[in-house]
Amino acid sequence: MPSLTAQRSALFLFKLFAWGPLMKCGGFRLRYRDDERIFDTRAPIVALAVLIGFLCTIPLVASTYWLDVLNRIGIAIIGAIGLNILIGFTGQISIGHAAFLAVGAYTTAVLEAKAELPFYLAIPAAALVTAAFGLLFGLPSLRLKGLYLAIATLAAHFITAYAIIHWESMTGGVLGLLVPTPTLFGLALDSDARMFYVILACAIPTTFFAKNLFRTKVGRAFIAIRDRDVAAQVIGVSLLKYKLLAFLISSFYAGVAGGLMAHHSRILFPDAFTLLVAIDYLAMIIIGGMGSILGSIFGAIFMTLLPEVLKLTATSLSGVYPQSFGLIASARDVIFGLAIITFLIFEPQGLARIWARIRNYWKLWPYSY
Amino acid sequence: MIPGDGDVTEQLVFMLQLLITGVAVGSVYALMALGFVLIFKASSVVNFGPGELVLFGAYISWATILQMHLPLYIALPLTLVTSIALGLIIERGVLRPMIGEPIISVIMVTFGFASVIRGVLNMVWGSDTRPFPALFSPEPFHLGPVPVSPVHLWSFVMVVILLVAFSLFFKYSLIGMAMRATADNQQVALSLGISVKGIFALSWCIATMVSTLGGIILGSVRGGVDFSLADLGLKVFPVVILGGLDSIMGAIVGGVLIGVFENLSGGYLDPIFGGGVKEVAPFVVLVLILILRPYGLFGKVEIERV
Repeated sequence: MPSLTAQRSALFLFKLFAWGPLMKCGGFRLRYRDDERIFDTRAPIVALAVLIGFLCTIPLVASTYWLDVLNRIGIAIIGAIGLNILIGFTGQISIGHAAFLAVGAYTTAVLEAKAELPFYLAIPAAALVTAAFGLLFGLPSLRLKGLYLAIATLAAHFITAYAIIHWESMTGGVLGLLVPTPTLFGLALDSDARMFYVILACAIPTTFFAKNLFRTKVGRAFIAIRDRDVAAQVIGVSLLKYKLLAFLISSFYAGVAGGLMAHHSRILFPDAFTLLVAIDYLAMIIIGGMGSILGSIFGAIFMTLLPEVLKLTATSLSGVYPQSFGLIASARDVIFGLAIITFLIFEPQGLARIWARIRNYWKLWPYSY
Repeated sequence: MIPGDGDVTEQLVFMLQLLITGVAVGSVYALMALGFVLIFKASSVVNFGPGELVLFGAYISWATILQMHLPLYIALPLTLVTSIALGLIIERGVLRPMIGEPIISVIMVTFGFASVIRGVLNMVWGSDTRPFPALFSPEPFHLGPVPVSPVHLWSFVMVVILLVAFSLFFKYSLIGMAMRATADNQQVALSLGISVKGIFALSWCIATMVSTLGGIILGSVRGGVDFSLADLGLKVFPVVILGGLDSIMGAIVGGVLIGVFENLSGGYLDPIFGGGVKEVAPFVVLVLILILRPYGLFGKVEIERV
């Protein structure tokens, strides 16, 4: 048994040489440029590269069911980041996200079905259309704040839903709109695995763009508007330009997510874009953490996995309690509501804050601050 | 009935029918909006789940009357007591920890408990349409040339009685005055010895109670109870925006106006647009009012001081 001093010196050397490079410590900032870096040390970059590499290999081993779940998570991540840019970073409350997703999805489907555009042109074009749409519905934000803006976006949602159901020549109304299978260089992207790569290819750049946005002037303007918009206006942040820009960017993200959703579900019904979808996305960013890109990712994963966990629980309980399958939908509502209430009461800054606390604990161990 | 057809009398009858139905439905909206305005006036909390509260009332009343076969004079008070209990649970468990939190959190928390209520109702009673007990005779009687269904008339009468009762309550009773004082200035009310938390609880209980009554009335009007009643609850937003978020008079006037407008636009524009105009017309009105006059007809204009 080594002596006490030997143990202590071993621990000290371990922390100095192994712990340091592994953990994100030692991030000294000597220049202004360092202050703006996303990653202070090399460890997170390596970890991120490993993660992306791992994600690329998942379709080789995962079952179709779990690939479908992962695809839905990917789509939700893009949508949640978009909503977080609007609500978490710019402070403009919007319940109309489902409407933007719907516009993105239907525009993609119509462009592919009727204008015969390939999907890698249709999705960006649809996202631009959704961005213009978001610009239009963002106009009330110039006059309204907080609660009134939320109610205005609620109205926007219902008007859009009505338009989708009743503009049957374009959208097929309640009968649904069939989305053509996307093809890339002649390869039909009709399996979950292939869609996984497309969604991954969309999710990674959009996440990096969002993360980078908030160290630019535009991002800082958004945060200034959220914190105190009158003061922001006083120091020269143009509220008109930046509020509309926030709606534009957020709707662009929603358009991309909607386009991917169209390809994922293959046939579009207006039922897929009810108010509950908008509330789901709101819950994603609140549970995940408003004002945090990582929070949007956590929230998207949590909300998408919640029904899956419930299904697994119901399956395992079905031996004991045979009615459990029928109760999944309602149980999901109850647990969803309870999760929102619990998070808002006990951890209003969401999963991102919990993660930050855990990370700081390990980073600073055995010190407490 | 296609407008443009028929002679002047038939057209007039059609319009009067729409008006009367509009006033009847609008009075129910006014009732639900009253609950909404009460909560907002007292505690500045917006309830984004009024639909689910209406659903709750409708299902509980259905359960007590048709499932448990209780006589009406026990079933209705029991329903009201349950709704009051729900209001207390919501205020105590969910909203009290949220005092002082930013508005997005409060909005989401109301969505949260609305979801819980919906899930529980779905779990216990399922989502099939249940026929609502016929509390009134289905035979229409005639007000002049216009056939009026007794359900509409009785609902209108009940709503008027309730609204008069509430107005008297707020104006003359001690608790009503306490509520008005809290709505005006919470700190001063506290300093005068009014229990502000108690007032919050009371406003939520009244709100759930009127939503329950609204649910019962709407259930009888539509003849059935199912989850689409929740959409009717969302119509309360155009009403309170038109009337003003903190005005009781605005809730009443706005309710009737929205009800009438909805029915008229549905009756006249449905053939042009192919149906469903009734659902979207109030929200178009909502957007117009938010652009032109955001604080509504009777609402207090908020001036943001820097």
